[in-house]
Amino acid sequence: MSTKILDLPTTEYMLPGNRACAGCAIGIGLRSITKALDGKMVLVNPASCLTVLGGMYPVSSMRIPWINVSFPSTAAAAAGVVAGLRAQGRADEMTVLAMAGDGGTGDIGIQALSGAAERNDDFIYMCYDNEAYMNTGTQRSGLTPHGARTTTTSRGKKENPKDLPRIMEAHGIPYIASTSAVYPTDVYDKMVKARGIKGLRYLHMNVPCPNGWGFDPKDTVKLGKLAVETGLVALYEIDGGIFRLTDRSAMLAAGGKPLVPVAEFFATQARFKSLPPQSVADVQTWVDRRWKEYVSRHQAE
Amino acid sequence: MSSTVVITGNEAAATAAKLARVQVVAAYPITPQSSVVETLSRWVESGELAAEFVTVESEHSALTVCLAASTVGARTFTATSSNGLAYMTEQVWWTAGARLPVVMGCVNRSLAAPWNVLNDQQDSMSVRDSGWIQLYCRDNQEILDTFLQAFRIAEELSLPVMVCYDGFLLSHTVMPVHVPSAEEADAFLPPRPAGLQIVDLNDPRNIGPVTLADPRRDASGVLHGGYMEIRHAHQQALAEALDVIPAVDAEFADVFRRSWGGLTWEHRLEDAEVVLVAAGSLGMELTLAADELRGEGIRAGVLGIRAYRPFPVEHLCGKLVGRTLAIVFDKALSYGYGGPICTDLRAALSGREKMPTVFGTITGLGGRDVTAAQLAEEARAAISDAEAGMSQRRTVWVNLQDVAADGKTMCGVRE
Ligand SMILES: Cc1ncc(C[n+]2csc(CCOP(=O)(O)OP(=O)(O)O)c2C)c(N)n1
Ligand code: SF4
Repeated sequence: MSTKILDLPTTEYMLPGNRACAGCAIGIGLRSITKALDGKMVLVNPASCLTVLGGMYPVSSMRIPWINVSFPSTAAAAAGVVAGLRAQGRADEMTVLAMAGDGGTGDIGIQALSGAAERNDDFIYMCYDNEAYMNTGTQRSGLTPHGARTTTTSRGKKENPKDLPRIMEAHGIPYIASTSAVYPTDVYDKMVKARGIKGLRYLHMNVPCPNGWGFDPKDTVKLGKLAVETGLVALYEIDGGIFRLTDRSAMLAAGGKPLVPVAEFFATQARFKSLPPQSVADVQTWVDRRWKEYVSRHQAE
Repeated sequence: MSSTVVITGNEAAATAAKLARVQVVAAYPITPQSSVVETLSRWVESGELAAEFVTVESEHSALTVCLAASTVGARTFTATSSNGLAYMTEQVWWTAGARLPVVMGCVNRSLAAPWNVLNDQQDSMSVRDSGWIQLYCRDNQEILDTFLQAFRIAEELSLPVMVCYDGFLLSHTVMPVHVPSAEEADAFLPPRPAGLQIVDLNDPRNIGPVTLADPRRDASGVLHGGYMEIRHAHQQALAEALDVIPAVDAEFADVFRRSWGGLTWEHRLEDAEVVLVAAGSLGMELTLAADELRGEGIRAGVLGIRAYRPFPVEHLCGKLVGRTLAIVFDKALSYGYGGPICTDLRAALSGREKMPTVFGTITGLGGRDVTAAQLAEEARAAISDAEAGMSQRRTVWVNLQDVAADGKTMCGVRE
């Protein structure tokens, strides 16, 4: 049973006002995450947009303990926090949540993350995926989608993004999920589930970014949802090896409805302006193949 | 029960970590450090040491685990060498800037390229400016004792301490070492005091966020220092270490009847005119050289550097006032300049009265052997240069061999 939006806890751990751009979806996601963890958590965060959101010394935008760490070190730092708490008999006091961007996770941070996953360290790792290095001014990351213009791919990125959840699945960790910040109850339910599991849990959260993607801040939720309608972003979980589409993605699969063409999603953002038709077709082929895989792996409850 | 055992420098380091009741250990293997952490992992697995041992995938992560565990209040330990330290450099800075009392062993080894696993001090010297306390040891007993002192110093000042000792020359050489009992160690080193960084759900803080250059008010209107003020406080803590390091050593001497001199140590320095200066085990070699020179009627002595950072400027000036010549034997080089200890010492003495001429030498890079006889010979040459009126001299490389003469050896390629 999934939680209804009106049933989400009303306690807020985010204080009014932060330094993220208007319309940034990281904040939407964080509200659901902190509610799911009841604020009984410590957030481990490397250099990223999230750092900026957190506030500048000596003020904080959040009512939770937060430890800033260096860009490549997130997962190792979370492992250290867990070890330090355990050594002092405090491990049950709080959930350790490591939260980094797509660059901090899939590129520079992947070594430490892979190490932590292989050891099955006891914390939750969330990659919030805004699909580029936004904090340093929208450069490409290994997770930037094919076709997207960034400040280091001025003619559109040529490669498909890394499939991080699949990389994490290959590590054999107990829980993996893909979600989107604009589906608060999906984020909430997955975080609640992850909280109750021991070992390394990996969540991947799509985060629409008005600034880096080039769209009007009022459209964040609309675009986040459209990404799911096209199948570019899928909502799913792999719980103890069992793959299941969730929320809107599960409905799309069950209804057998055709996905919205990726071209419609591309048309909404500056980063995909003047994409050659071949690129659009290539991405469509890639999405269709991936979606078919998801649907065939899906085991409804 | 305390006991005297015959152990390597690495075993002495591991033993000290155990006596310190470290709570979190993380490290990655590199020669000649590996046996430190192999030993500790064995003790953790057998239950002899109640600690978390995190088997990380890199040095970068090793120090990260320690600094993160230290942030939440645990006493932590790691050790590395050479390229391992270079690879952790980002976290070396992070640990110091975050004012975390991590203690790390640096088993001194040369840095690539080309590959070489033998001793010099280039690794630790390359991070001397990162805000850590650096202590250099001369033998295995000093290694054990210095690690115990290091936790006290680190936790008193909220500063990380790097205990440096020479790879192979100490790490793999056995010597008799007095090992205190757990009770004795506990009496000297109580559990880590509660610190500021500790994570508390009832008092949630954002630790280490973006900080501007200038002071800024918090939500209640209280003004807090900016980046400059934080860095200044860090520098002041290092200055305070100049008092804390000798005080901890003195207290150690009260308990264990052994003193290591605090900031420096000396050999026949009292009436010395010529002072031989070095950090680490090379100082022991210099004592033999000094004795040899004394036998020839030269008033020579040794000034060993124990604390290299903070650099004990006033203390060194006090030790060197009135001497005629100081010869520094550096096992590292600031490439494109000179030996790091030599250049620091020259700067420290500059503009003061009655200070000796300072000559610098480079020695022992990449494990190049250097004997007491060679050191004495170099000292004689330096003395005669000084007597000839030379006050400035180019850095001399001791025991650099002329390989071009055989017409075959060039850059390591043998044709
Ligand atoms: C070792 C290192 N290299 C580079 C940087 C500069 N840097 C800071 S944040 C960042 C990009 C972060 O991108 P991502 O992880 O995707 O998070 P986002 O900013 O998009 O939220 C980079 C390159 C750094 N802090 N450390
Ligand atoms: S750049 Fe994008 S992800 Fe970063 S704060 Fe702005 S909107 Fe959010």
